[in-house]
Amino acid sequence: MRNEKARPQRMGHGPNRGSSEKPKDFKNAIKSMIKYLNKYIVIIVIAFILAALSSVLSIIGPNKLSDLTDVITNGLLTGINFDKVISIGAFLLSIYLLSAAFSYIQNFIMVTVSNNFARDLRNKISVKINSLPLKYFDSHSYGDILSRVTNDVDTINFSMHQSLGTLVAATTLFIGSIIMMFVTNWILAITAIVASLIGFAFMFLILGKSQKYFDQRQVQLGNLNGHIEEIYSSHNVVKAYNGNKDASDEFDKLNTNVFTCDRMSQFLSGLMQPIMQFIGNFGYVAVCVVGAILTMNGQISFGVIVAFMIYVRLFTNPLSQIAQGMTSLQSTAAASERVFEFLEEKEMEDESSLVKHLDSSKVKGSIEFKHVKFGYNKDKIIIKDFNCKVNPGEKIAIVGPTGAGKTTMVNLLMKFYNINDGDILIDGVSVKDLTRENIHDLFIMVLQDTWLFNGTIRDNIRYNKDHVSDESIMEALKTVGVDHFVKSLPGVLNYEIADNESISAGQKQLLTIARGMIKDAPFLILDEATSSVDTRTEELVQKAMDKLTEGRTSFIIAHRLSTIKNADLILVMNEGNIIEQGNHEELMKKNGFYAELYNSQFQN
Amino acid sequence: MLKLLKNFDKKDWLIVLVALLLIVFQVWLDLKLPDYMSEITRLVQTEGSEINEVLKQGGYMLLCAGGSLASAMIVGYLTSFISATFSQKLRKQLFEKVQNFGMEEIKKFSTSSLITRTTNDITNIQMFIAMGLQMLIKAPITAVWAVLKILDKSWQWSAVTGAAVLVLIMMVIILMITVMPKFKLVQKLIDKINGITRENLTGIRVVRAFNAEKYQEEKFDDKNKELTKMQMFNQRMMALMSPVMYLIMNLLTLSIYFIGAYLIDAAQMMDKVNIFSNMVVFSSYAMQVIMAFLMLAMIFIMYPRANVSAGRIREVIDTETSVKDGKFDKPTKITGEIEFKNVSFKYPDADEYVLKDISFKAKKGDTIAIIGSTGSGKSTIVNLIMRFYDVTDGEILIDGVNVKKYKQEYLYNKLGYVPQKAVMFSGSVNYNVSYGDNGKEKSDKLIKEATRVAQAKEFVEKMPKKYETDIAQGGTNISGGQKQRLSIARAIAKEPEIYIFDDSFSALDYKTDYVLRKELKKYTKDATSVIVAQRIGTIINADKIIVLDSGSCVGVGTHKELLKNCDVYREIAYSQLSKEELENA
Repeated sequence: MRNEKARPQRMGHGPNRGSSEKPKDFKNAIKSMIKYLNKYIVIIVIAFILAALSSVLSIIGPNKLSDLTDVITNGLLTGINFDKVISIGAFLLSIYLLSAAFSYIQNFIMVTVSNNFARDLRNKISVKINSLPLKYFDSHSYGDILSRVTNDVDTINFSMHQSLGTLVAATTLFIGSIIMMFVTNWILAITAIVASLIGFAFMFLILGKSQKYFDQRQVQLGNLNGHIEEIYSSHNVVKAYNGNKDASDEFDKLNTNVFTCDRMSQFLSGLMQPIMQFIGNFGYVAVCVVGAILTMNGQISFGVIVAFMIYVRLFTNPLSQIAQGMTSLQSTAAASERVFEFLEEKEMEDESSLVKHLDSSKVKGSIEFKHVKFGYNKDKIIIKDFNCKVNPGEKIAIVGPTGAGKTTMVNLLMKFYNINDGDILIDGVSVKDLTRENIHDLFIMVLQDTWLFNGTIRDNIRYNKDHVSDESIMEALKTVGVDHFVKSLPGVLNYEIADNESISAGQKQLLTIARGMIKDAPFLILDEATSSVDTRTEELVQKAMDKLTEGRTSFIIAHRLSTIKNADLILVMNEGNIIEQGNHEELMKKNGFYAELYNSQFQN
Repeated sequence: MLKLLKNFDKKDWLIVLVALLLIVFQVWLDLKLPDYMSEITRLVQTEGSEINEVLKQGGYMLLCAGGSLASAMIVGYLTSFISATFSQKLRKQLFEKVQNFGMEEIKKFSTSSLITRTTNDITNIQMFIAMGLQMLIKAPITAVWAVLKILDKSWQWSAVTGAAVLVLIMMVIILMITVMPKFKLVQKLIDKINGITRENLTGIRVVRAFNAEKYQEEKFDDKNKELTKMQMFNQRMMALMSPVMYLIMNLLTLSIYFIGAYLIDAAQMMDKVNIFSNMVVFSSYAMQVIMAFLMLAMIFIMYPRANVSAGRIREVIDTETSVKDGKFDKPTKITGEIEFKNVSFKYPDADEYVLKDISFKAKKGDTIAIIGSTGSGKSTIVNLIMRFYDVTDGEILIDGVNVKKYKQEYLYNKLGYVPQKAVMFSGSVNYNVSYGDNGKEKSDKLIKEATRVAQAKEFVEKMPKKYETDIAQGGTNISGGQKQRLSIARAIAKEPEIYIFDDSFSALDYKTDYVLRKELKKYTKDATSVIVAQRIGTIINADKIIVLDSGSCVGVGTHKELLKNCDVYREIAYSQLSKEELENA
């Protein structure tokens, strides 16, 4: 019997973002865009003028072409005036060349501007990431920020040089050709416009319909892709629980939805081009018929008809370009809204007014917590009133079940977050009077997630520290016991670390410990967890960690009994709060949370 | 690419045929248009023509244009139907194929690659079929037909038109050669930029702890500069396309008129009007020819991408599933029994064995634990029981029957599997716990009980809508430990004969781990359990512990026995607990 438990309606997730995204506030988005574009404004205006000029030139073209036709028709009986043909031809040639040149220069300028602008934006985002408080990243996914750096900036870049120029050129062309038509002959002009308008009304009707299906398609495709992603990445469970049929049924349902939208959106959008063609032809016939009547009545020359044949084309093309340009401008606005929103996010407090400075080599290594009060949210205080004094060289163990908030201590010590009340004193100086940079200099931090970046082993070990000799790097590698491994790599210290590497989790951990050693600071924050490491490497890692704690005031997120038992002070944490403190014996005697935690390891 | 078209059935081909005929009809109409234009031109030029005559010709022309529009609409309807059906079918085919894959095939392709193949690659092909199919048929017909129509008019005109086409094609080719390779580089640079940003984000604490913000930003700017330069080059090149195209088209018209002037001048009196109307017509045919060639060029640009996608899809479809389904689906006499008989396993194409000669037997109600360092083959044992892979040598019997003989659905009804990485589906807690089909109805009471045993009751009932609370895809709105517990509850709700825990307790703290196992034992007295674990504490009470070291079994026994006579076990044990603690246990 199949399980019929209802599955809730999926929301539109998945990798596909709508091509027709709408900004929340179009005007505002454009306004802030202009603000960021400030230094390029002059050159953009020049590009726009060029675009307009190029359009104007291509409008003059047909007029001259009609002159040429007239010259030829007039000469049909009497012989053609070749001087005139050549002079008009030369004039047309130069107009065409100029128009092409203007159009290219305009493109060139816009490409240059938009790419430089994109580069600026990317750099701004990169800098912004490092000046946002860590709090920001608690509530925003990396994927979201990454897509702003690449997708959104790319959208801005492309539509800036593609649609902005086209939009200006098309508008000029549109208005210009209307003016020229009226100047040339108002009757034919009205004929052409009316003939085209009928068609366009029809087209916009279809465009609106197809837009609806496009939006829907994006949503449905997102749902389908989400389902595929889910089932593929849960392959083993789906199989083991005989979920195949359920998955297939859901897939069929979503697949059919996509099919329906796919078909309609494609059909409707595919209509655009034939309709455009028909409008062109219809306009042509209308112009010809009316033109013929006028010619026969002797009101106009044949050349005027030729000119109008081209005007009809010039006049119908830009309308669809303008429509396209507007849609792409909308998605640009949506993209820039996201980028600017990120760039205008509140940054960490400015610290340039702080003058106190602790020299890393002179710090003795005492820390005192005085009535510390802290919460990630102002209305949810998790550390209420924490007091403790740590003497130079002491070892503090932080223990607690998973999710107890052990990293909170790291966050406070490193001033990643500001405390709400109370004070933390380093060698008697309040952290409030010290810059983050200064505090970071005083701490070595080795965390559980071994973070190595793409780059050489050398760069990874001496990270951001100049003048570190290869000898001292090798020395550090030797101390942590990973020197043999590094020597076995091609290029030794020059070996490039990349993703999917032959470097195991344990070796990575050893390398990050070596990095800590090179940094050499009076305080240490260490996360001992070595969950994904085999037993032999684990021993190595533990030895290296013990080495690192020597002679430093250390805060250790402890997972080993030997560390916990030898600690001068144990901080027991649960649900974000520090609930007990003392050394092992004291805490065991208390017979509280710690004792229970400790004993549960052996019960069965 | 072409082989995928096998998926078209008779009806589809019929539609393609109808579309083809309609396209031919449409091209015929399109090319007929200039004839009427020329007729109209001639009439307008000639003294004393009847206005009725002009109207008549104009009417014909509109009829042609309307006919062309109508057939274009029908063709559009048909091709959109075909391309949407095609992608729907292909997607379905791919999805079913992947569902039947064993782990070996999944690993070969990688999950993320399979996802892109089923989504993006199919979209790519669909786009190509939707746009390309029409163009592919229309462009050559138009080109050839239009060329034929203008060839006999005047060789000078044909020559300039030919030259214009040549120049355009050259331009497209040159652009492709210079820009295409750079496009790939741009993609790589974008990946790099993404990589650096991701790196900065994942290591944000480290970056700040080392005051290395500047360092990261400079690294980013380096690549950013490179990317900007490369992209600028590409876009500047591509920007040439449209001005040059318009220039060529304009120049072509100009040349035709210019040449026309000379031709007319040189011609006999009678021919002059004829040549003149030919000239107007010719310039519009010439545009058609150029458009047709541009369309062909577009197809050549689009084709490689679609072809790569097609290749990637075919690769999946052509892959044989290595794990073949069996037929056995009758009730067995014995239940809850697992036996490994000299089982060895190596990955296909690999030289080294992952598991060597493993034998053990578990009876109903037993708890079997498997321990060893990473890479020792613990999870492989689970994967073999679950038949995600097939053994290389030896056999695995469940309830006395070889796992290969079972109908998979039947086999899976006996097994309650909890993977290392907890899997959550988008849906309610209820949906997640009751997930799948075990041939029995799962009552709400059962779900609640399973949730309680898995120590998930407390947090589930604290959630806003309790058992109806939605879990996001991948379980991003609950913690790792909570996911793990729900995943265990799912196995309990299935009421299997045999539980299989593949390192399923690692995300739980010691205390929860302990309580959960105690409750589970109480709840499932008769069920057999296979537990893969890293922590000694988790398995200390198992009936039988199997110690693995690089694929071989180096010890079997209880905790006490192994402490005495198994070096590897002792090593693992001492790294986690102190001597006195172990002995007290």
